Amino acid sequence: MRSFTYTRANDVANAVDEVSAEKESKFIAGGTNLLDLMKIQVERPSHLVDITRLALDTIEETAEGGLRLGALVTNADTAYHEQVEKRYPLLSHAILAGATAQLRNMATDGGNLMQRTRCYYFYDTDTPCNKREPGSGCSAINGYNRDLAILGTSEHCIATHPSDMAVALAALEANVRVTGKAGERVIPFSEFHRLPGDTPHIDTNLKPDEIITAIDLPAKGFADHYTYLKLRDRASYAFALVSVAAALDLDGDTVKEARVALGGVAHKPWRIPEAEALLKGKPATRENFQKVAEAYVQGAKGYGHNDFKIELAKRAIVRALLQAKEMEAKL
Amino acid sequence: MKTNEIGKPTNRVDGRHKVTGEAKYAGEFNVPNLAYGFAVNSAIAKGKIKKIDTSKALQVEGVLEVFTHENRPGYVWFDKNYKDMDAPPGSPFRPLYDNEVKFSMQPIALAVAETFELARYAASLVEVEYETSPHDTDFEANIERAYVPEEYNSGEPPKPWGQPDEALANAPVQIEEEYTHSSQHHNPMEMHASTVVYEADGKLTVYDKIQGVMNTHQYITHAFGMQPEEVQVISPFVGGAFGSGLRPQYQLFLAVLAARELKRSVRVTLTRQQMFSFGHRPKTMQRFALGASKEGKLEALQQDVFAETSRFEDYSEDVVIWAGVLYKCENVKLSHKLVDLDVYTPLDMRAPGGTTGTFALECSMDELAHKLGMDPIEFRLKNYSEKDQNEDKPFSSKELRECYRQGAEKFGWKKRNPAPRSMREGHNLIGWGMAHGAWEANQAQASAKAVLTSDGKLTVSSATADIGTGTYTVMTQIAAETLGLQLDDVTFKLGDSSLPDAPLEGGSKTVSTVGTAVKSACDKVRERLFELAQQVEGSPLAEASLEDVVFEGGQISLRKEPSKGVSITAAMSHNQGKAIEEEVSSKPADGQSDYARYAHSATFVEVKVDEDLGTIRVTRVVSAIAGGRIINPKTAKSQILGGVVWGIGVAMEEDTVMDNNLGRFMNHDLDKYHIPVNADVHEVEVIFVEEKDEIVNPLGAKGLGEIGIVSVAPAIANAVFHATGKRVRELPITLDKLL
Ligand SMILES: Cc1cc2nc3c(=O)[nH]c(=O)nc-3n(C[C@H](O)[C@H](O)[C@H](O)COP(=O)(O)OP(=O)(O)OC[C@H]3O[C@@H](n4cnc5c(N)ncnc54)[C@H](O)[C@@H]3O)c2cc1C
Ligand code: SF4
Repeated sequence: MRSFTYTRANDVANAVDEVSAEKESKFIAGGTNLLDLMKIQVERPSHLVDITRLALDTIEETAEGGLRLGALVTNADTAYHEQVEKRYPLLSHAILAGATAQLRNMATDGGNLMQRTRCYYFYDTDTPCNKREPGSGCSAINGYNRDLAILGTSEHCIATHPSDMAVALAALEANVRVTGKAGERVIPFSEFHRLPGDTPHIDTNLKPDEIITAIDLPAKGFADHYTYLKLRDRASYAFALVSVAAALDLDGDTVKEARVALGGVAHKPWRIPEAEALLKGKPATRENFQKVAEAYVQGAKGYGHNDFKIELAKRAIVRALLQAKEMEAKL
Repeated sequence: MKTNEIGKPTNRVDGRHKVTGEAKYAGEFNVPNLAYGFAVNSAIAKGKIKKIDTSKALQVEGVLEVFTHENRPGYVWFDKNYKDMDAPPGSPFRPLYDNEVKFSMQPIALAVAETFELARYAASLVEVEYETSPHDTDFEANIERAYVPEEYNSGEPPKPWGQPDEALANAPVQIEEEYTHSSQHHNPMEMHASTVVYEADGKLTVYDKIQGVMNTHQYITHAFGMQPEEVQVISPFVGGAFGSGLRPQYQLFLAVLAARELKRSVRVTLTRQQMFSFGHRPKTMQRFALGASKEGKLEALQQDVFAETSRFEDYSEDVVIWAGVLYKCENVKLSHKLVDLDVYTPLDMRAPGGTTGTFALECSMDELAHKLGMDPIEFRLKNYSEKDQNEDKPFSSKELRECYRQGAEKFGWKKRNPAPRSMREGHNLIGWGMAHGAWEANQAQASAKAVLTSDGKLTVSSATADIGTGTYTVMTQIAAETLGLQLDDVTFKLGDSSLPDAPLEGGSKTVSTVGTAVKSACDKVRERLFELAQQVEGSPLAEASLEDVVFEGGQISLRKEPSKGVSITAAMSHNQGKAIEEEVSSKPADGQSDYARYAHSATFVEVKVDEDLGTIRVTRVVSAIAGGRIINPKTAKSQILGGVVWGIGVAMEEDTVMDNNLGRFMNHDLDKYHIPVNADVHEVEVIFVEEKDEIVNPLGAKGLGEIGIVSVAPAIANAVFHATGKRVRELPITLDKLL
């Protein structure tokens, strides 16, 4: 790997200063994604700002009746936190569907949102990839794209965002709190990650000098009717081909509110509020779920190896909504 | 025969070393002043290196040298000097030989530095300009070009017998199908590494990851023009290899080159990504045409194999021999052709040819049985082969029927509803499938030395390997059994080129080959001991012959009057304080080759397939094995379990993805190249059926390293068909293929 300098930040302001001081600097939290990428020269920071000692490692109640997840709380501590398990089981399940116990012990909530795509070509510096090297081309569009996106793609990049946690956070309409040189701001989850467009090298709307300090969960947790369905090529330790975070607020059999977010299909967790609204006031039936599923894949486009994801996504949405309704045993 | 050690589920004698980290692997032998090399791999699949600029790398402090084809030392001239013991016909690849690039990820330079990370960084600074030529890595597109190689490194496909074309045309029930699997990479846990210690006198001590130190030894002495006594190769532990360590890999060549040039000790370790830059199981397509009578008698069988190889070596494996071993059929035609592509040469991978051939054979037979409306076991029993038709030889033993019987009973096969899609549980379709298989039970030539010292301690040695299979343990058991010693009194040494010669550990023949040599050496010691025991004053054995005594518990005693005997130490006291030393070379017995020698398996599998989502779980596996005498049921079971788990991977996960635009394998790490994880493995039961075999070798034991894998993938594929009614003929069976 390229040589780098290293500092440990002692507070948020210091972290922001440090990361702004040098152009090619990066925060390091659990290191489970960044270090791997540094070893293979995909990430080549010249300066690392270690943020693991910042006091952002607690989960607290918010004034709005929700929970605030500090950016440095580990994925494991989040998933097994009593209040998260009780009020936001969808989030617990999504986190536990990802990676492995060892990785979740290291991985932080902030780092999870910032993890980079798993596109094969992004990982291999001897191949063209617009995300890694803007302007070099996209090897995946006409190459091997089985794992890649079917929604929101561009001619420059068809990568997916690999996080499971983020899919649940999208469904829950979380907010991301960030601090930069210009102070603090809150980014609604749906605006946090970007579509590739013609700037696929920029994954999120976080500015280079900004640090994630927390993720705020709104009061509503859909704890009675939810599911996280993850479909993948082996039973564990694999990224999603398609995943669905589904949540229902039911009045008897009638849907008051529905949330559906997809993972593994786009450059960001995919939500279509208009499609969710199709269920509003309607009975929670397979037929109605089917309509939502159809609406979600409207305009989806396969690139050959990943064509199957369109059909798989539809079936997964229906299954996930049925599971959320029945709260029966999971797959 | 009464036994004390053979047949016991003994723990691994090296287990403690392994779990405490005391066991050292090739990349862990540290010496003072060690330098580290990191290979640069080519970005293109074919062409020439126009320019290679190492200046930036050399400027980094701590970088010692960057070797390329431009500054490498002179090489010995002849191609044959680069042939290792496992080289297929052709011209072996020589690292840094010239500016030609023959495959993607070809090593084209070695950066050497004071630390591994510096070397890796320096490697990334090497700038290469290529003149690319069009490459071709597209297997399917080139099948038409397939050719018959001049020489098969496996064996020639057996000649046709009977009237295969006529019989097929006349058969009332026929099937004709194509079966494919893609390239697969071995991926042992331990990455390939070589630590080359440069001794004061220029001699080399080489710690190498290899499945037989003699191969490394030969390769270095030939390729570098060194004398045998100038090189010692040591490899006490191998962290898995599965065939990837049969041939010395390029890290060895580069480490030796650098050490000799720099006159300094050098280590080169490959990264996981680089583990995808050499041999692999070749992508293979097979056409099967089968014909049967209405009653289910197999009338005709034709198998045509098309397999990938490189442009410089013709690699082949035994894909077509399995039908002739497993099924009785009077009209058979077999062919095996190669498709040369711009890739590195394929390499034996656990049950090479067997895994591939059995998959297609057993799926096609399942298809035929289904078409005939027959139960798969009934169909197999009807066409059971009592002799090996490839060579027209009787079997030394074949308890396959017993595998069916015990396996089916344990599995509950009787309750199977034969109709596809007939068994379900909620969203899940349940499928039960079976397949059977065989694997060679060969014996080769090997030497071993046994040394018994006056304190009654025995050391046995042979230059074999333990690639995780349990060689240390099993050889210790065999030696202890032969001389009636406790396991603790026996030490077995391996993995050192200064020890008596042994072949590569591959082809499941180590127990048979080295075990026999160990037994013979110990038998010789036994004879000498007996003579000494007779000389002990008042020896109760004075009048006895060797057949009249037993060696047990450190005593040599009369078989008929066990209380009368002489202790081994007492006998040794008559040897003037000297040790008994015996070295033997053992060969297969005369007449052995008149018989076909195989281990057999029958595998039963239950799968649950989600009807809507296509996800598959292998919920139950029963593997029944006929493997001769089981020396150690515990290590034996581990081998079969490992084979079953790998079979799950072959069936559902393993797939090295070739990007034909780039001519490059793309999923080159363990996040993207999938092998089974614990969550993929549910109930697995192993049965060893009793099998007596006095021909296969004096121990009566057959190797078990590979038989466990061969029939797993087809059993899973057959179970998936039974569950879903859908036949997937292209491995791996992933969920998209079932939507
Ligand atoms: C083998 C493997 C399998 C995996 N499988 C899954 C899976 O199935 N599902 C899944 O969701 N994930 C999976 N992961 C990814 C894992 O969840 C992420 O690597 C992890 O969440 C990243 O967190 P971290 O703290 O280690 O981040 P780091 O590696 O430390 O950082 C990652 C990035 O985030 C930035 N960053 C970190 N913290 C902050 C912050 N507070 N503010 C701004 N930027 C920040 C860093 O600068 C860096 O760019 C897997 C990872 C591995 C290695
Ligand atoms: S899809 Fe995106 S990440 Fe993958 S090769 Fe194309 S540009 Fe790179």
